[in-house]
Parts: sequence; structure tokens; C-alpha cells
Amino acid sequence: MSHILIAEQVLNGLQFGVMLFLMAAGLTLIFGVMGLINLAHGSLYMIGAFFAAVVAGWTGSFLLALIAAMAAAAAAGALVELVVIRRLYDKDHLDQVLATFALILIFSEGTRWVFGSFPLFLDIPDALSGPVTLPGGIQYPLYRLVLIGTGLGVALGLGLLITRTRIGIQIRAGENDREMIAALGVDISRLYTLVFALGAALAGLAGALVGAIQSVQVGMGEPVLILAFVVIVIGGIGSIRGALVGAILVGLTDTLGGVFLPELFKLFMEPSAATSVGSSLASMAIYILMAVVLIWRPTGLFGARA
Amino acid sequence: MRREAALNAAILVALIAVPAWAHLSDEPFTITLATRAVILALAAVGLNIALGIGGMVSFGHAVYFGIGGYAMGILASHAQSYTPMELFGLSIEGTKSMLVIWLVAVVLSALAALVIGLLSLRTSGVYFIMITLAFGQMFFFFSISWAAYGGEDGLSIYVRNGFPGLNTLVPIQYFGLCLAILLVVLWFNARLARSPFGLALNAARQSPARAETVGLNPMRLRLVAFVISGAITGLAGALFADLNRFVSPTMFSWQLSGEITVLIIIGGVGRLMGPVAGAVVFVALEHLLGGLTEFWHIYLGAALLLVVLFARGGLVGLIAGRPGGGGGGHG
Amino acid sequence: MADAVLSTHGITKRFGAVTASEDVSLELRPGEIHAVIGPNGAGKSTLIAQICGGLRPDAGRVELLGRDVTGLATPERARLGLGRTFQVSALAMEDTVLQNALLGALGASGRVWRFLGAALGDRALRAQAEEALGRVGLAEHAAMRVSELGHGQRRLLEVAIALTLQPKAFVMDEPMAGLGADGSKRMTAFLDGLRAEAPILLVEHDMDAVFALADRISVLVYGRVIATGTVAEIRASAAVREAYLGEEA
Repeated sequence: MSHILIAEQVLNGLQFGVMLFLMAAGLTLIFGVMGLINLAHGSLYMIGAFFAAVVAGWTGSFLLALIAAMAAAAAAGALVELVVIRRLYDKDHLDQVLATFALILIFSEGTRWVFGSFPLFLDIPDALSGPVTLPGGIQYPLYRLVLIGTGLGVALGLGLLITRTRIGIQIRAGENDREMIAALGVDISRLYTLVFALGAALAGLAGALVGAIQSVQVGMGEPVLILAFVVIVIGGIGSIRGALVGAILVGLTDTLGGVFLPELFKLFMEPSAATSVGSSLASMAIYILMAVVLIWRPTGLFGARA
Repeated sequence: MRREAALNAAILVALIAVPAWAHLSDEPFTITLATRAVILALAAVGLNIALGIGGMVSFGHAVYFGIGGYAMGILASHAQSYTPMELFGLSIEGTKSMLVIWLVAVVLSALAALVIGLLSLRTSGVYFIMITLAFGQMFFFFSISWAAYGGEDGLSIYVRNGFPGLNTLVPIQYFGLCLAILLVVLWFNARLARSPFGLALNAARQSPARAETVGLNPMRLRLVAFVISGAITGLAGALFADLNRFVSPTMFSWQLSGEITVLIIIGGVGRLMGPVAGAVVFVALEHLLGGLTEFWHIYLGAALLLVVLFARGGLVGLIAGRPGGGGGGHG
Repeated sequence: MADAVLSTHGITKRFGAVTASEDVSLELRPGEIHAVIGPNGAGKSTLIAQICGGLRPDAGRVELLGRDVTGLATPERARLGLGRTFQVSALAMEDTVLQNALLGALGASGRVWRFLGAALGDRALRAQAEEALGRVGLAEHAAMRVSELGHGQRRLLEVAIALTLQPKAFVMDEPMAGLGADGSKRMTAFLDGLRAEAPILLVEHDMDAVFALADRISVLVYGRVIATGTVAEIRASAAVREAYLGEEA
């Protein structure tokens, strides 16, 4: 097992992790501020990817495609918040899960209706395609490096937004005490719509960015959604820092587990059995990680104690 | 209360009359649909014990459904290939006997529920929803990579398993068998809800502090309810696999967990016949709307949304009025 | 000392920099009503939680019938004979009054692992529940849902559930709260008779009730007991006047 392979896989895991972070950040903000479990977050990811693919097809510009993805997802998020979600804030988790599960059905089937079941494709822009050589002689795709950079940049930006800006102060206040913030004269329903749209825009951005390395199709949001939930539960719901740590943990566990667990089992098992045991354990690894974290700390790594 | 009893009776009559009519007019597909509804209802009745009485929002009940399914698939596949399975040095024969398969399904899903419950019940609220989901995903991915039993493709069983005195391949006979099981479990559920255990569990959901102050341990009550719930859903899984003569990892999928939950919500959380009403409506919608449009999930989604937002008691609540004890979430 | 039914010995509880209980030692003796009073934030709720098992003290111990129960959970203490009522009613709101009372009898009996017979069909439990409801005057409301009860009736139901446990000691957290003059008077009369059955540790804001009922009073200020004594002694205490009654006046 060469160092180069290991370094490559670590980078892959990091790239996967930061994309999960884009999803998880929105989910965790929405839960932290509004106390809402939003299963339909994966649909916003899908909407972002579809708009990016369509706009890139029309204009040929990847940048415009990204902007369209974020705008469309934010608009869809704001619309859903205004029409459905705000009726759910004071309901229990079960109602929230089911209503947003219903939204998934509507979004997925609606998208299938409009675009059909065949996947769309979104190309990596020429300027970002091809490999670059990193220190140590590692050849690595430039686009994936850009994804890592973008994800970390967004994480930094979100951190600054939360700690340094007026809206960030309102968000943090909203997490602690809803009545207090209403008493301070902040328009709470506008804040909620804004937070929801912000979360949606991040999901849309993730969908568009990942859409360029995978296919754009109906149902692409749900696997990512589940992983994003795993991320925020590991990190502690409501914590942006937890989401970042959880996302990178999950990204690395998933990627490295898939590559190295079969190899590990080959050390003491026959190769075919090792591959099957190793890969099955690898796909279970992040859920095992999550279960272990929750059993150890029932409210996640950075979660408030119950 | 009286209206709910009348509604319950009406649902049962419909559940018997429709397949009887289908049998007489030689419409086996309708009987298969009714059997599907009965089995899904059974799975949801199981979940409703944890969810409706115990207040545990499990989003991973597909685990038990899948275990029941694979118990059937694995035992029957060994029987049909005449090869015993090797397990820890033991050589175990497969079987085509439903009774044995059910027993294995119930015991294994109860065991799984015991372990998962012990670990998950330490958490509450969203964390409980998510950890049960995580266990579901573990089983899902495990089944996908379990090449010995079909992996992603699943397992086909050629002939439906046998039950003494019945020809289970005749649709109406298999339907009758499943309905009988559902009725027995509903009877058990009705008794359970009124039993000392049910009273305590129900109180522990509404006010854990109250249960503790009278000397009851809410955690233990919930765990026992969770095991009973998992065992019933596991039995439903074995029946479902036998209906389709096929098992695959989709029985473990989180969408299936969601679907079982949806049945309960449509029907009415914590209501005895809620899951049955929900399953009947769900299968009917699936069939009728599915025939009209390929995109019937849109309408299902819209219906579900309307129920959650405007008809909190589900269909039973809508027709029969206020609940007889139920509703609400865990933590 | 040995004859105290319920006692705390130097219990201390801190939350970060805040000391909610500091070296609190109290005794509840047979046949008495021992009132704990103190201004808001004095640490009464934290004290009750430690006595009943919701919180574990950082130091010190709690004894019930001479047995150290500091390490026991709430249900275990309840089964040993601790009957508690809540400040904010904690009841199964969807259930009937009778079902709630029956729950107490059921918990006390320990025979909860029965899955088929009807709980309401258990004559022994039912008799116990109905007797308790009768004693607090809720018999005719037995079939009502708790959610339909008035506030005062819910307080009575809290007491009735505690009665079904046939406890060795009562811990009551503001049973008079929100009762109004009439209700308070009736509750006072009821508790007055109850002390012969089992002593009551009474946390209460209603000073009329406290002075009418208490055999002894402990005054809690900033987590510390600043005085314990008879009604007359407490009324006369300069320290109490300064720290507590002064604020009331």
C-alpha cells in the first residue's frame, strides 16, 4: 500500500466530507434555530443539481449554473418554508418527519414528471478539469481540490456569519430563546425563512458541485440526506462546528473504510471472503460510528447535554 | 368510542368481504392486494405498539421486517437446494414449514429489537429517530453485501412454504391465514393496551416523571414494548416474503421504515385499527392511483401532508373523533 | 436521630459556579409536617430532586427509614415508600382520573408485567385507587379525563396518586399553588389529618398554610438552611426576618 494511494484516499474522503458538510450545515442550522427535522433537505440538493445541469446546458457557463442552483434551491426552500414548514415548528418530531417525508415524495415525483427518469449530465468546466501534481508527486483531479477548497471556504464563511454578523447573533439568540428574540423586536418568521433559504442554498450548491462528478437524477438526494443526518447526529444537532467535524469523520470513514477494510481482512482471510466481509463492513462503518458515538455521548460530540 | 367500534367493525367487514368477493368472481390479483394490505397492517400494528402506546418514534422498523423476510428466505432457500446451512460448526437443515419459519422470524427480530432497544433507548427525541435509522442502514448494507444470500439481487423462493392443512398457494387460503394472524395480533394489541403493562407504558409516554414517582421504570417498560413491537413486525416480514416468494435488501430500506410509519399516521397513531385502516387505504391508493398515473407518489405525498397538517388523528380520528389514548412523540 | 423517617445529611449540589444546595441537613420525624420555605431561587426544587432521586448530590447522603438511598433511582425510592407530588402537575393527561390513580396502586404493587388482563379489572388495585380518590373528594370524577379537570382537581389527584402508594413519607412540592382561598383551606384540612398516617415534607409558598400546618419549619436561603425550628421560633428568629420574611413584607 503506497503512500500516494493513502494520500489520495484521504483527499477523497476529505472531499466527500466537505460536500456532506454543505448539506449538514443547513440541516443543523434549521434544527438548531427552528427545532425542525427536515427530511426534504435532500430534495433541495436534487433541485440544485437539476437547475445547474439545465442552466449549464443553456449557457455553457459553470459559474452561472452554480448561481442558478443556489438561487433555485433557496427559492424552493423559502417557498416550502412559507407554505408548509412553518406550520410544523410547534408540532412534534413525528409530524415533522412525516410531513417532510411527504415533501420528498412530491419533489421526487414532480422532478421525474418534468425531467423523466433518465439522468442528466453536468460537465466539469475545462478550466477545472484534469489532474494537478501535488507536493510528494501525487496526481490529483483539480476539480476535487476545488471542491475541498470551496467546502472549507463555506465553513469559514458560515463560522464568520454566525459569530461576527448581526444575523448570526440573531440566529444564535434564536437557538437559545425564541421568546427572547421576539421580545428584542426581531421578526422571527422572517429570520426563519431566511435561515431556511440559506440552508437550502447550501444544499443546492452541494448538489450542483457533486452533480458534476456524479449523474444528476431523481433520488440522488436521499442517500446524501441520510449521511448528512448521520453527520449532524454525530456532531451534535445544532452545532456548526460539530457538523464540520462529523462531516469529515464520516467522509474519511466511508472512503477509507471502503478501500482499506477489504485489504485489512485479506491479511487473515482468503481474498474473496475478505473482499465481501470487508466491503460489507465498510458500508456499515459510518452507521457503526454513529451508533458508537451516540451510545457514548447520547447528544453527539458537540451537542448540548439533554 | 362507540363510533370507533363501529368503524373498526366496518374495516374488518370490508377486509373480509372484498377478498371473498374477489374469490367468487375469480380475481386472484385483488386477493393478493388484500393480502398485501393485511401483512403491511400487521407490520404497522407492531410499530404502533412502540410508537402509539410507547411514544418511541422508531425510524428503523424495516430491520425487523427484513429479518423476518430473510429468516424465511434463508431457511426456504436451503430447503429448496437441499443443502444444510453451516453455522458455528453446526449443520442446520432448511425448512419449508411456515410455523418453524415464523418462530425463527419472531425470535430473531425480538432479539434484534432487544439489542437495538437497549442501545437506542439511551437517547431520546431526534437522536432516537436517527439511531434507529442508523441500525436500519447497517442491516440494509449488510444484506446488500451478503453475497451468499443474493446480495443486492435478493433471493427467490420457487414454491410458497407450507402450513398444515392448507394449500398456501391458493390465494384465498393464504389470505385467510394472514388475516387470522392479524386478528390474533389485534386481539393481543387490544388486550395489551388495557393491561397493567399497557397502562404503565402509556403513562410513561405521557409523563415519564409520573411513572418514576410511582415506582415504575420507564426505560424497562419501553424496552419490553420495543421487543414486542419488533417481534410482530418481524412476523409480518416473514409473511410478506412468503407472499412475494422473494426477499431483497429493500425490505431493510429506510423507505420501508418510512412507509410503515406513514400507514400508521394515515390511519391514526395509537388507535387500535389505525394501522389497518392506513394499510388498506395505502394499498388501495397505490393500486388505483398507480393505475391512473405513473406519478402517484405525488398524490400520496399530498395526502400525507394534508393528514399531518389537518387531520392529526388520521382517518380513524377523522371519522371516530377524539383518541382513546395515543398520539405524541418520544422526548 | 434514628427515628427520623426521612433525612438528608450535608447534601451539597453545585451547577458550575452556582451552589444550589450547601450542606443541607434536614429531618422528617414521625407524625410531623416539616415545612421548607424560602424565597424563589433558594434551591427548594433542587433539594426535592435530590431527596426524590432526580438529581444526585455532589456530597452528603439521603436516608429513608434509616437506609442510605443516595445511590437509588427515583422508582426505587418510590417503592421504598416515598410519595411525592409535583409543583406542576405531572399526570397522564389523556387518561382518566381513575387510570391515573390506578397507576399509583400498580406501581406500588410491582405487578406491572401483566400483558393480557385489564388493569381496571384488577379489583385490589381498583379498590385502592378508588379509596384514594374518595379520600380527596374526586370519586365522582373518576371517569373524567385528566385534561378535562380543573387546576385544583389536578392538585388533588396528585395527592391521591401519592396516597395509593401508601408511602412512609410524603414529599409535597407546593400542593397549595394556584388553589385559591377555598381550595387551600380544604387542602390544609386534609394534610392536617394526613400527618398521622405518614409525615410530610412540605415545600410551600402559602405562609398561612405553612403556619397553620407545620410542626417545624426550615428556612432555605441560597441553598443553605439558615434556621430550623417551631413556628414560634421561626417567627421570632431575627435571621429569618432579615433574610426572608423581610422581603415578603
